[in-house]
Amino acid sequence: MDNRTEKSRYELNKELAQMLKGGVIMDVTTPEQARIAQEAGACAVMALERIPADIRAAGGVSRMSDPAMIKGIQGAVSIPVMAKCRIGHFAEAQILEAIEIDYIDESEVLSPADDVYHIDKTQFKVPFVCGARDLGEALRRIAEGASMIRTKGEPGTGDVIQAVRHMRQMNREIARVRSMREDELFECAKELQVPYDLVKYVHENGRLPVVNFAAGGVATPADAALMMQLGAEGVFVGSGIFKSGDPQKRAAAIVKAVTNYKDAKLLAELSENLGEAMVGINEQEIALLMAERGK
Amino acid sequence: MRIGVLAVQGAFAEHEQVLRALGAKCFEIRQQADLSGQLDGLVLPGGESTVMGKLLRELGLFQPLWEKIESGLPVLATCAGLILLAEKISGEEGRHLGTLPVTVKRNAYGRQLGSFYTEAEMRHIGTIPMHFIRAPYVEEVRNGVEVLAEVDGRVVAVQYRNQLGLSFHPEVSGDTSVHRYFLHMCKDAGEGGHFSSI
Repeated sequence: MDNRTEKSRYELNKELAQMLKGGVIMDVTTPEQARIAQEAGACAVMALERIPADIRAAGGVSRMSDPAMIKGIQGAVSIPVMAKCRIGHFAEAQILEAIEIDYIDESEVLSPADDVYHIDKTQFKVPFVCGARDLGEALRRIAEGASMIRTKGEPGTGDVIQAVRHMRQMNREIARVRSMREDELFECAKELQVPYDLVKYVHENGRLPVVNFAAGGVATPADAALMMQLGAEGVFVGSGIFKSGDPQKRAAAIVKAVTNYKDAKLLAELSENLGEAMVGINEQEIALLMAERGK
Repeated sequence: MRIGVLAVQGAFAEHEQVLRALGAKCFEIRQQADLSGQLDGLVLPGGESTVMGKLLRELGLFQPLWEKIESGLPVLATCAGLILLAEKISGEEGRHLGTLPVTVKRNAYGRQLGSFYTEAEMRHIGTIPMHFIRAPYVEEVRNGVEVLAEVDGRVVAVQYRNQLGLSFHPEVSGDTSVHRYFLHMCKDAGEGGHFSSI
């Protein structure tokens, strides 16, 4: 590959996220689940050893998945395969890059490996997606080289409240930056602890410079439609699918809900007879707030 | 000029932005009801072809779009869109709309690490930037398909009558010449012109 290709690598990585827009990325733990997800219309799958609800239940340290397991999933589907590494664990990220993962999620769902530094994602050729609760976190991750952002939400709970909170917070802050005078942007960059250029981009364009998905707690077609109407460009569904009574049907319904998120009549049809949703835990009932990891 | 952009999944907004900047009116096709108005051209965008193909069928869009393409509606298909149009998909039994007599190979350059950028000549247009993202290429062309561009000896752009199929993504390149060419095709078709290359 020539120099031009290397220079445009980050652009190509942002563009892959653009191709995922309007889609649903599903957590899977086996090749069989990956096939079910693909058939149901997932635009990508996230390969991980345990879904967040089980990580939450099991406790202990949770780490990057076994590469053999990830390769099994890569072999089972034709859609992009993503995988998670721990916050700050650049060696895990190097391993994921070596097995040619399509996207790395530097994720608060796993136990953080570093409580100060995130991975310097500019040192990698593969793209990274990172979680964020507000504009500052999102722009810090982008400055470190993330080419896609998702709300953190609260994974493994089946409770959408935190994803909603994070999306609204981000929208509010973007609107605020957009309405500022140009001479106020310098102070804003200082306040958000992010580079000035990124604040300027948000001011001029009224959006993040990368694609922004919703994640953490989405369990029903209505949850997915809610997040899309709040401005998400697509949705991650983790525990919500394979912790439910009829994963195949629920997965397909969530995919269609994301495409036609404003059509309440269709959403009503999609929501019918989906079987048991994942049980879920309310945010007041959980001891471990994953969204607090990695600021 | 009113262009419908298939908006079931993928990078449809990027196409709309380019087309609007060129003065065309755009609307999104997400379900059958969206097809009731005037339609002078169709864009099948990039995204995931498995998702788009499935939703085309389940949302009742497959048959009406197939009929419109067969009866001469100009189509611009990029990446996953090209896969939707292809008569044959290499190594797979199934196909989607199947109106373009070519065989395409999916994920032909491998995973995201194989994605690349280059500049190359496209017939009727000139040298343009080409963004290949987990892209397919055309393995075989049949009856009267015109090859418009090749990169490293692989066919990456074709035209067959009213159908323009590209492996790459002009909608993210900042260059509007492919969309201008497509709007020209739509204008010709609207004026009762034939669909062979201009």
